[in-house]
Amino acid sequence: MFRSFCGIQNLDSKGGARAFHLDQRLQILTMDKSEKTDVVLLACGSFNPITNMHLRLFELARDFMNGTGKYRVIKGIISPVGDAYKKKGLIPAHHRIIMAELATKNSNWVEVDTWESLQKEWVETAKVLRHHQEKLEASHCDHQQNSPVLERSGRKRKWTEQRQNSSQKKSLEPTPKGVPKVKLLCGADLLESFGVPNLWKSEDITQIVADYGLICITRAGSDAQKFIYESDVLWKHQSNIYLVNEWITNDISSTKIRRALRRGQSIRYLVPDLVQEYIEKHNLYSSESEDRNAGIVLAPLQRNTAEAKP
Amino acid sequence: MCAATFLGWAYCRDRGRVATAAGVDVPEKMKSQIPVVLLACGSFNPITNMHLRLFEVARDHLHQTGIYQVIQGIISPVSDHYRKKDLVASHHRVAMARLALQTSDWIRVDSWESDQAQWMETVKVLRHHHQELLRSSPPMEAQNAGKTPTAPAAVPELKLLCGADILKTFHTPNLWKDAHIREIVEKFGLVCVSRAGHDPKEYILDLPILQQYQHNIYLAQEPVQNEISATYIRRALSQGQSVKYLLPDAVIAYIKHHRLYTTDSSWKDRSSQRSKGNTS
Repeated sequence: MFRSFCGIQNLDSKGGARAFHLDQRLQILTMDKSEKTDVVLLACGSFNPITNMHLRLFELARDFMNGTGKYRVIKGIISPVGDAYKKKGLIPAHHRIIMAELATKNSNWVEVDTWESLQKEWVETAKVLRHHQEKLEASHCDHQQNSPVLERSGRKRKWTEQRQNSSQKKSLEPTPKGVPKVKLLCGADLLESFGVPNLWKSEDITQIVADYGLICITRAGSDAQKFIYESDVLWKHQSNIYLVNEWITNDISSTKIRRALRRGQSIRYLVPDLVQEYIEKHNLYSSESEDRNAGIVLAPLQRNTAEAKP
Repeated sequence: MCAATFLGWAYCRDRGRVATAAGVDVPEKMKSQIPVVLLACGSFNPITNMHLRLFEVARDHLHQTGIYQVIQGIISPVSDHYRKKDLVASHHRVAMARLALQTSDWIRVDSWESDQAQWMETVKVLRHHHQELLRSSPPMEAQNAGKTPTAPAAVPELKLLCGADILKTFHTPNLWKDAHIREIVEKFGLVCVSRAGHDPKEYILDLPILQQYQHNIYLAQEPVQNEISATYIRRALSQGQSVKYLLPDAVIAYIKHHRLYTTDSSWKDRSSQRSKGNTS
């Protein structure tokens, strides 16, 4: 059965050749010698509001990373930005958090994290990545000795059990290789925003691609590829940047959602039903809400320009 | 005065529509909105969020004209006799549509078409549903010319809802009977939803019959590009990839439970996308 990796960039020939002949289970069996790296996908953003497109990013990224045979995606984290970001039209974080929670209610692996939004000052993305990586490392150390691993659904599974299983019956899930790694999940717009002056600190960009890694869902792979090519730091760490093709053009931007709401147009089937109901019930988006933070400088621009001054 | 037609309802309806569509000042008594029912025919193999969006966008568009009040949406899955490749049994497609519409308060699925012993041309499905609407409507006397119509007692207008690509298929020789195209645009009307940036007007102007009844073809634009093709869904499912958030969760659960779309041959044969002009 032919298996598509949705435009995988660095398809190793071993995995590719096997894919033509065997089904997925056999493919993983033959890979059990090499241990997989557990991955946590972290998406930062306004989520103003969260849409089906945001949720799709997670699904596409997970299929892709799992499909490489090298990774096992164990969790997805949505981290809405704090109000101190001062983006125009950004409504209060608690609403955006609730909507994200409603949106992920029916997901057994994607969850919402409030740490970033609860900070008083705006937090750079690199710091959010670091926060979550450290959190994973801390809980990994705690769990190394026979402690149960708590999955989101509440099911517990012991590490030792898992190891026994893998040696006894050529398990479908090989022993995880150490601490899970956090990777930044994003669309091509975030990647290209690296080029906006003063929006990102260059050392942050370096840290993100060098120490963590980027999974970027793109519509037209070539623009993102060109962007990587034209940046020395991205080029250097390109093996840590995964470009995933989104074959379905799924342009459900939050901006368009807010515009539709202002015009009294339906947003059904573009956002989860619970989110649509919540928005309607609380009348969250209007011309007034769109004017929030008008004229105020975006926090990263403010901070990076201030720090640049001698 | 319109050319006489053999159905009283068409007579009144035509007059009303021509007057408003031409931008002529609408007399006060005609200002009550015309109720509309939207009918979408297609394989719905499976139903996706994009299909559901068509209804929402079309309804918004018609409401914006100020003339119409959309009171119902009907999804009519094609029968198995259509013999399209990879078409799963109609009872499944109907069940999936039903699940998808559980949370909708105005759209419903209708299995009449799929229950028929043979494939039905679209115009026949329109005729059937129009008959049903007449059957369940108040008597005609209130709609005689000259009398003030009591809103909203008018028989709803039934319009065919589709993607704008259907307009294109009207040009394909022998795909549609000319008489059927005429009946669809003359007696019923079309609401076509196209993607932002695509202008389907040329499809209308290129075909005389469509141009003649262009006042009865409503072009709605979907600003959000959302091309969730059922073909893609089937392929993704057969490869074990996620389709979450592209179709309702209840539909995905149904597909998994009944092991539908586990094999997919659509990538093998792209040549014969035989279409009667329905959404895929």
